[in-house]
Amino acid sequence: MKAGTSLEKVLESGKFAVTAEVGPPRGTAASVIQRKGELLRPYCDALNVTDNQTAIVRMSSVSGCVLLKQLGVDPVMQMVCRDRNRIAIQSDILGAVALGIGNILCLSGDYQSFGDHPTAKGVFDLDSIQLIQLLSQMRDEKKFLSGENISGEVPLFIGAAENPYADPFEYRVLRLAKKVKAGADFIQTQAIFDVGKFAKWMEMVTERGLDKEVHILAGIIPIRAVGMARYMRDKVPGVSVPDGIVTRMEDAKEAREEGLKISLEIIEQIMDIPGVHGIHIMAVNWEDIVPAIVEKAGLLPRPLI
Amino acid sequence: MKTITQQKPFEEIIQFLEREQRVYLIGCGTCATMCQTGGKPEVLEMKGKLEEIGKEVTGWMVISTACDSLTREALEEDIEAVQRADAILVMACAFGVQTVAQYVEKLVYPALNTLLLGHEDSPGHFSRICIQCADCVLAQTGGICPIARCPKNLLNGPCGGSEGGKCEINPDLPCAWHLIIERLTKLGKLDKLEAIVPPKDWSVSFTGSPPPPR
Repeated sequence: MKAGTSLEKVLESGKFAVTAEVGPPRGTAASVIQRKGELLRPYCDALNVTDNQTAIVRMSSVSGCVLLKQLGVDPVMQMVCRDRNRIAIQSDILGAVALGIGNILCLSGDYQSFGDHPTAKGVFDLDSIQLIQLLSQMRDEKKFLSGENISGEVPLFIGAAENPYADPFEYRVLRLAKKVKAGADFIQTQAIFDVGKFAKWMEMVTERGLDKEVHILAGIIPIRAVGMARYMRDKVPGVSVPDGIVTRMEDAKEAREEGLKISLEIIEQIMDIPGVHGIHIMAVNWEDIVPAIVEKAGLLPRPLI
Repeated sequence: MKTITQQKPFEEIIQFLEREQRVYLIGCGTCATMCQTGGKPEVLEMKGKLEEIGKEVTGWMVISTACDSLTREALEEDIEAVQRADAILVMACAFGVQTVAQYVEKLVYPALNTLLLGHEDSPGHFSRICIQCADCVLAQTGGICPIARCPKNLLNGPCGGSEGGKCEINPDLPCAWHLIIERLTKLGKLDKLEAIVPPKDWSVSFTGSPPPPR
């Protein structure tokens, strides 16, 4: 075991993992995180806390993770390279470990021009692959990037994101291989809607044997409304929503019902794809739907670790 | 390659000059002329606009290369008009502004914003080619610089937002990593990208740290 987190135990035992995303509030209320944590705890093996996602200021990921930890939830701390240099990154990792956080998801970060402070200076001192490599070095060699020694253990279970739909398609698997080489233990993918394309990507992944080296969790975004489907299809970088899904949402009498149905169908198909070790549900502002998804997908009860 | 400049909003220039009644104007015959931001036509246009709002323009010149030390001699040639001014408005890049400031005991104001050293692909459209980081990475990236051309400075790109060869932050901006991969694929050298490029040494760079001692 590298960090001994619930997520690591579930994945290492070969069980199909379920994680979900918790968005922190744009304010100081611990209760927002606590409510979501209580709601999702019985249905997920770990919960990700986003790090100022879409470059909008929110409560810090580390604080959200601590609040979840206090409820007995295994948190995944998301960390972006946009807002901190190598000094701040390493310092935050030491603090996270001290607070009992073991899973870290390494991301480049959405560019600041998309957020609420578009005039901010982006840092980008490291990129996500360098961040993964740095965390492996901190854990395995107990050394900072500078080569100096870290006192104490740094037990980490290191995650990364991957987008099977971004261009150039053929290069995406090579980049995944690079993340694995850097030391990624698990991958949470961008939302899957076009299952065929994802299956093709997974085929390339398994051909290279990467599914044996890293746990791949497929991203699921439940669609709440037809506007959301259109918005993701047209506006969100790197997300690919087939027209068929938008049409289904347009024709649906009950948008939410249809959105749930679509998610369940995607999960069913994904579970048949070799090499997929779990799902990661990103129910943006619709966390309440997660229990229904997990239950109806037949993924209950969650393993007791 | 040239220094790409853009004129500041006129309102901002008026604010600088709020307390300065007499102004001397300087343009530059090299980059700013090519960018049409500080050549003779733009200097004369600025002269007209300043006079329209009641300023006195004591004189003007377009120095052949404002960043050069010959700027000192150029200023000497019209020293009387320069001395009569309360301030100098320089329509050159920041190198030009600072060179003028070095040689004249007057307040110097920039009329332009200096954007980058790069190409002007078509009027108003620029490519950033090099940011002079002092630690060249082109050996790892097929001769295309991701530090200058990728907004996230990724050394192990591309990120997940590249679509159709374009950058997620601006559909007019080619994805630097798309260009790198395309080029290395064409050369049959895509395997160059398998190695993880380590974090960059910013200590040698003017962009990342204070200038080293001369």
